[in-house]
Amino acid sequence: MYILEHVGATASRFFVLCYRMYGYFVKCLGEFGHLYFYRRQIVEQFYSIGVGSLSLVCLVSAFSGMAVSIQMAYQMETYVPDYMVGSIVVRSVVLELAPILMGLVLAGRVGAGIASELGTMKVSEQVDALTSLGVDPVGYLMMPRFLAGLIMIPVLVVFSCLVSIATAFLLAMVKMGISEFNFIKGMKLDFMPYDVVVGMVKSVVYGGLITFIGSFVGLETEGGAQGVGRAATKAVVISSALILILDYFLTHAMLT
Amino acid sequence: MNRTHANGGEILFEDVYKSFDDKPVLEGLNLRIHPGEVTTILGPSGCGKSVTLKHIIGILRADAGRVTVDGFNMEGISGHDLRELRKRVGVLFQSSALFDSMTVKENVAFGLRMHRRMRESEIQQRVEVCLEEVELSGTEATMPTDLSGGMRKRAALARAIALEPDYVLYDEPTTGLDPHTSTVVGDLILKLQEDLEITSIIVTHDIPLTLRVSDRIALIDEGQVAVNGTPEELDKSLVFKRFVEGGPNGADEHHSGKEHNDGRMGEDV
Repeated sequence: MYILEHVGATASRFFVLCYRMYGYFVKCLGEFGHLYFYRRQIVEQFYSIGVGSLSLVCLVSAFSGMAVSIQMAYQMETYVPDYMVGSIVVRSVVLELAPILMGLVLAGRVGAGIASELGTMKVSEQVDALTSLGVDPVGYLMMPRFLAGLIMIPVLVVFSCLVSIATAFLLAMVKMGISEFNFIKGMKLDFMPYDVVVGMVKSVVYGGLITFIGSFVGLETEGGAQGVGRAATKAVVISSALILILDYFLTHAMLT
Repeated sequence: MNRTHANGGEILFEDVYKSFDDKPVLEGLNLRIHPGEVTTILGPSGCGKSVTLKHIIGILRADAGRVTVDGFNMEGISGHDLRELRKRVGVLFQSSALFDSMTVKENVAFGLRMHRRMRESEIQQRVEVCLEEVELSGTEATMPTDLSGGMRKRAALARAIALEPDYVLYDEPTTGLDPHTSTVVGDLILKLQEDLEITSIIVTHDIPLTLRVSDRIALIDEGQVAVNGTPEELDKSLVFKRFVEGGPNGADEHHSGKEHNDGRMGEDV
């Protein structure tokens, strides 16, 4: 009986949470009608999420590109020709590696940042102060971040792809003796524009997810410093888990 | 909707109930706040004073009962009307709640930038006037973290009055301040009341401040108004005296004795 009660209470809390999340989402979409009113905040968030994350994205992408290049060459040196390294690196980076890696990295940098910033504002009554000044926190805080996530995270994923491929290319030439001609030949051989569409769809979804979850968790923060810490952790955990789960479904839906 | 007073109409709480996670906070609160006056809501910690205040700007909604602000029923108020109403209410939060990513000037100018079509020079002028009003001139470029507690309160007050509100709500304006700064904040409340002719609602448990600035006092206990009246009237109330003297649960008599109730609205003395 106790177990049933516990399961029931947990399920009920989960549905209430989903309902609240849905309410925020609908309200946030409604705030897209006030883009001009919140233009300053939108520009700030584009800069903060886009430009602010660029160095981290380049660093992570550079090393992951090189690692992929080495791994491909190692796995295939005896069975397939050199030029296939270029082909496999590009497709795996564009289709999977860049979107999911950036999703997870930015869930940490952007998602946790948003949750802790908004959480601090919530517990220090700054969100109430906004409301009391006739400004909707969803419009002022959530919508600009959500929009910046939808647009700037795909842009960062494009940067990530370019940096990963460039470093993979350099490493293949310098360390593994694969010629420039062969690598580019491989890149061109299997490249399909649809791969870019798949990568972009994934990055738009992850971008929206990271910024929405971060904002939602932040605005729902309760308690003091501990609550803010919990909110940041929660934002990263929920975003990362959902990115990995959605990655499967998106890949399945678009590639099978 | 009919506005009843040049400085905002009256605020009415009628049988208001509010709970959080099944814990009742307001239990049938009845209170009338008269326009143009300073009304202080007193009571022990956790009795629902701040919750009462948050109902006035619609941050919280009553579970049952009715809250009316200047003729607007806060239950059925439209989003547009609520936004317009909030522009007419300035709030000084307990923690000051200054936006910590902005300078003092940007904080004070915030409402003006969001809601008024003003030139930068006009905004600058208005900010200077507001800061002068709270005796904080020259701090425009300072970040809130570099201000003392009392200065933060005053900067937050400047922000609250920037939009020339009809109502100013003060949530624990002197909590955490030293006696001298508390006196300064009390002076400011009186000065603003005189200069701006507003309706002020103060939530506090600072008795000296209450007796100094209030036109009316409402003592809340266990989610209801235990006693309500002018300071002179409350001077005769046993419940109020016991609360002021710090007796055990000063307002408890309300529940057993209901000593001075002569009407529904706040059980006036």
